[in-house]
Amino acid sequence: MQAKLSVRNVFKIFGDAPDEARERLERGETKEEIFEATGSTVGVQDANFDVGEGEIFVVMGLSGSGKSTLVRMLNGLIKPTSGEILIDGEDVASCDAETLRRIRRSKITMVFQHFALFPHWTVAENAAYGLKIKGVGASERRERALKALGQVGLTAWADSKPSELSGGMQQRVGLARGLATDAQILLMDEPFGALDPLIRREMQDELLELQKTLKKTIVFITHDLNEALLLGDRIAIMQDGRFVQVGTAQEIVSEPADDYVAAFVADIDRGRVFTADTVFNDPEAVVLGKDTADVAMRRMEELNRNALYVLDGKKVAGVVTYQDLATATRENGVDGDILSKVLITDYPTAESEHQLADLYGAASAGLPIAVTDEKDRLIGIVEPESVFAQLSGDETSEPDADKPSDPAMQRKGDANV
Amino acid sequence: MFSPADLLVIPFDDWVNTFVRGFLVPNFRDVFRAAQVPITATLNGLDGLFQWIPMLVTTALLALAALKWAGRGIALFAVLGLFFIDMIELWPETMTTLAMIITAVLFCAVIGVPLGILAARSNKLWTVTRPILDIMQTIPSFVYLVPIVMLFGVGTTPGIIATIIFALPPIVRLTNLGIRNVRGDLIEAANAFGSTGWQMLWDVQIPLALRTIMAGLNQTLMLALSMVVIAALIGAGGLGLVVNTGLGRLDVGGATAGGVGIVILAIILDRITQGMGEANGVNTVSLRQTLMNLFRSRGSQPEGETKKAG
Repeated sequence: MQAKLSVRNVFKIFGDAPDEARERLERGETKEEIFEATGSTVGVQDANFDVGEGEIFVVMGLSGSGKSTLVRMLNGLIKPTSGEILIDGEDVASCDAETLRRIRRSKITMVFQHFALFPHWTVAENAAYGLKIKGVGASERRERALKALGQVGLTAWADSKPSELSGGMQQRVGLARGLATDAQILLMDEPFGALDPLIRREMQDELLELQKTLKKTIVFITHDLNEALLLGDRIAIMQDGRFVQVGTAQEIVSEPADDYVAAFVADIDRGRVFTADTVFNDPEAVVLGKDTADVAMRRMEELNRNALYVLDGKKVAGVVTYQDLATATRENGVDGDILSKVLITDYPTAESEHQLADLYGAASAGLPIAVTDEKDRLIGIVEPESVFAQLSGDETSEPDADKPSDPAMQRKGDANV
Repeated sequence: MFSPADLLVIPFDDWVNTFVRGFLVPNFRDVFRAAQVPITATLNGLDGLFQWIPMLVTTALLALAALKWAGRGIALFAVLGLFFIDMIELWPETMTTLAMIITAVLFCAVIGVPLGILAARSNKLWTVTRPILDIMQTIPSFVYLVPIVMLFGVGTTPGIIATIIFALPPIVRLTNLGIRNVRGDLIEAANAFGSTGWQMLWDVQIPLALRTIMAGLNQTLMLALSMVVIAALIGAGGLGLVVNTGLGRLDVGGATAGGVGIVILAIILDRITQGMGEANGVNTVSLRQTLMNLFRSRGSQPEGETKKAG
């Protein structure tokens, strides 16, 4: 992934004594101590990150953490005290006004928390604003604005005034205004923060849907961790102007860098963060017509599992449980095609990017879940126990084929009785 | 008892006399004379135009403007009021006053709006401008009538210059206020999309400040009307002259007739410009409401206007 936007050693210190504040910062003084001593406020300290093309990079922090300052430095609305902000190799922090204007017109655009729509213009005129600034002619402007409004589902409202629209719709106009200029980088400053929870959820899903086709490079600011985890390819947690942790949703939830992050992630819905591929084991399976019931049972004992998938060629044929095999062999002996007799063909399946929340039902049936790819090939197996272990935050259930989880062993013992 | 005057007497009046008579008048008289050329030209043009247009046409145009921006009540009032003025035989004087007012307001707008915009963009300029505006508003107009006569002579144009000095502050103040009050997030959005200063001004700041600027224009217009009589003291014509003449001859009737003419003109112009400021408001005011508004104090008028616009 190529970096579209690179931020290097960026500091922002508000006040008259940035140099002194900087020195004190290097000596390890806190934001409060520096404010008391110098009257300067540390907005952002030593921000370093890259945002790749097509990536959603979420900056999450509480109010006063410096996230809004940070995003405004990315398009030069606020000038950093020091550091570099590179967009396609051009430094926004040090370029002249003309270059900055060109970058803002063609490369980077912004969506605001309180929409910031121009009340004296229609929805279409608002959406066309960036094009008007660029000097695009009136008819082409309208055409492109309507196309952008179409992407957010607002074509019918093109000639209304923003004040006639609901909050969610107004923010769609804000988004359309950003999309219309074809800028590749989209800065979103708490765009859904002023919306009702239901509308917010709807807009989040729509943004993800749009992003599948648009592939914009998005820097998304939020104070809502659930929103961050839902949207972010990578997430930066900010506190007192610095990044406490940068990582994927799963990294942040499973390995919080410090107590601050840990406190945040404590009550989030893990089922919505983790996907099937975080808990699946190697696709151990027996092959139909080749392996016998005996082999299957021995493999289960070796692996400490109580069920095993059966492949027919490369595709999944079904699943057999230790208990069924044991009963069948006791009654019929080890000969014959026992595997296909006890084969359960109504087995639960999932894809690797499925959220654990969607696997609850399947997991509670007790059978392991087959994780398949788009060609129906078995790529992993999720033990029900590991789903619940992951949801409860139990770290012993890391995906590891050689080290089956304890609950699986207990269940196997039960099955043998 | 000791007083500072025992130690030192400052000949302030002599200083001012020396400055104006000894320096300003001999050295800059021609500059000031030249400066009034555009004002005289505008005034003469407008006065000629208004005197030339037949009374009924002017009445119809004003009534139509009132209908468009201020409602039926004011339109009807305009027709009745202007007929009344004509019937008390003050039509030509009223048109001269109208020409003077429009000239004064025009120059106030031409000077005041750009000045207000510049002041809104620079705190330094505003800290300099503000006390000057305060002085312009508080200094009694009689104080600057004499130097104006010395520099510009007597006549209608010097009268208009005095009017401009008196009526300029509101439009500067309210333009400055309107531009400064444009929501910060809209300015930020305009910047984020890469607008230049001019694009910001034309696309965002002026349209959004327009209502406040129009309120300033309305205030300027009202102040200009209130200067009509004082301007007549230095030779300006129109209704002010009628009032002054009546005053001089203790002719109560004549003075009152002139005064009524000014009031009628003031109401019509005030309501039309206020209505323009409310641009998109749908206006359906009954005559009864209009008459009620007339008797309300000036301070509560804008509120009433907002209500009926909503």
